[in-house]
Amino acid sequence: MTTDFKPDYSFESIREEFPILKREVHPGVPLTYLDSAATSQKPIHVIEAMDHYYRNTNANIHRGVHMLAEEATFSYEQAREKVARFIGANKPKEVIFTRNTTESINLLAYTLGRSLLKPGDLVVLTEMEHHSNLVPWQMLAQVLNLRLEFIRITDDGMLDLDSYDQLLKQNPKLVSFTQMSNVLGTINPAQEIIKKAKENGAVTIVDGAQSVPHIPVNVKQLGADFMAFSAHKMLGPLGIGVLWGREELLEELPPFLGGGDMIKKVYLRSFTYNDLPHKFEAGTPAVAEAIGFGAAIDYLSSTGMDRIAIHEQNLIKYAIDELQKIDGLHILGPDASLRGGVASFTLDGIHPHDVAQILDGDGIAVRAGHHCAMPLHDRYNIPASTRASFYLYNTINDIDVLIKSLKRVVKIFG
Amino acid sequence: MDDLYRDVIVEHFKNPGYKGILDPHDISFEDENPLCGDHLRIDLRVDENNKVKEAAFSGHGCAISQASADLLLESIIGKSLDEVKKYTKNDVLELIGIELGPVRLKCALLSLKILKAGVYGLGEASDDLVEEE
Repeated sequence: MTTDFKPDYSFESIREEFPILKREVHPGVPLTYLDSAATSQKPIHVIEAMDHYYRNTNANIHRGVHMLAEEATFSYEQAREKVARFIGANKPKEVIFTRNTTESINLLAYTLGRSLLKPGDLVVLTEMEHHSNLVPWQMLAQVLNLRLEFIRITDDGMLDLDSYDQLLKQNPKLVSFTQMSNVLGTINPAQEIIKKAKENGAVTIVDGAQSVPHIPVNVKQLGADFMAFSAHKMLGPLGIGVLWGREELLEELPPFLGGGDMIKKVYLRSFTYNDLPHKFEAGTPAVAEAIGFGAAIDYLSSTGMDRIAIHEQNLIKYAIDELQKIDGLHILGPDASLRGGVASFTLDGIHPHDVAQILDGDGIAVRAGHHCAMPLHDRYNIPASTRASFYLYNTINDIDVLIKSLKRVVKIFG
Repeated sequence: MDDLYRDVIVEHFKNPGYKGILDPHDISFEDENPLCGDHLRIDLRVDENNKVKEAAFSGHGCAISQASADLLLESIIGKSLDEVKKYTKNDVLELIGIELGPVRLKCALLSLKILKAGVYGLGEASDDLVEEE
């Protein structure tokens, strides 16, 4: 352990509240979970909130007049209010529940493709996007003949803002980018990117899938137009995500999926659509998941996002220091001070799948592959990488376990 | 779990006997496993009786996929193309002698998929190729 590191002991006790962290993955081998960038583990509060819902409240929402339906509707809408407060939204109705970040961005591609965007328009993305903020725009570009351009990344994993300035001169209609890279861990200067986009009249979308769970994010402060993120990466359940948008922009968009709940009146040959947020929430939503999501947000808020960010900053600094000591190990991305709790790396001559497999033998869960960012890996001329990612329940000890196991990997293949 | 990295796997990964490119060749096919970014190409030379005379693989991948390719090519030398067509998943698993979960199975079977797509002269490799003759 480095001498200047001061462990925050209150975070040690947090582990007690995550039942899964107590399990063994192989006989006598405890779990060391370092894959939170893929999905986070869930505290007992979230599990119990969902269990309670199914045991006591379960009903469809927004229609029945019976007590269960009333309670379910209340709890669902309460979750929306919690999300709105958590990200500093003006109003709960600016929060649309979707399935996940991917669906939120697809919703935007679909609806912006039928309103704001016209053939020939320029859409600016970055080279570090997750496929979820790349493929929907490629699909739209095919039908609408859009032009896609990309903010370059530097060798050390930062956005090249000079290349952004060049692209802005070509009057993009839309700038959509990730606030934090899921591979490099880079925290991008979102406020600056948005400010420049606005000066040039472009609409902005922030992919907050990695940032919202790990650092304090306030949509008003960012000045963004839209933001997408997922509950499951922030202690909440799988299957529910958020699209936040500024009210006046959401009003301008046409609806997305058609069906129940998103309508006001339906005739045989036409319909009128419902007000926000229901306009974008067709069909029975994930009610239990929304309630679990609300519990997750309560948990994060009471822990404090600023404290979580500092804890992860301590972890990543220690991790990068220790990883760098391993022969033949190369870390992708910038200095620890410029990133969140994500460290992706390659080991000379050893495939990430082999690394991950041997780590699994020691109970360590990491991700191996291209992490849904193939163009990013192409940029660095590597087919794949191994990624360790941290969250509030991780400790210095987890990193020591990782380092020890990585040394074993090197020995097996050395 | 380290059973996966038995000596035979690590040995064939580190010192493959059939790594390289055959140029010219009679059969060549390449494909990838998008899950892990493995890329593999297999080249074959056959004699006048359609028996495999020489074989080589190239590309990059994990130890399991590279070692499986090496073991597979080693085993088909001298076999007729019709015999190669009969190879299935079980033949490869027997060669590598380890049990694999569904994710790593794809790594182990990538070479068989590519080999059979090449031998059958198919436009693209399908997962069905490893299941049936």
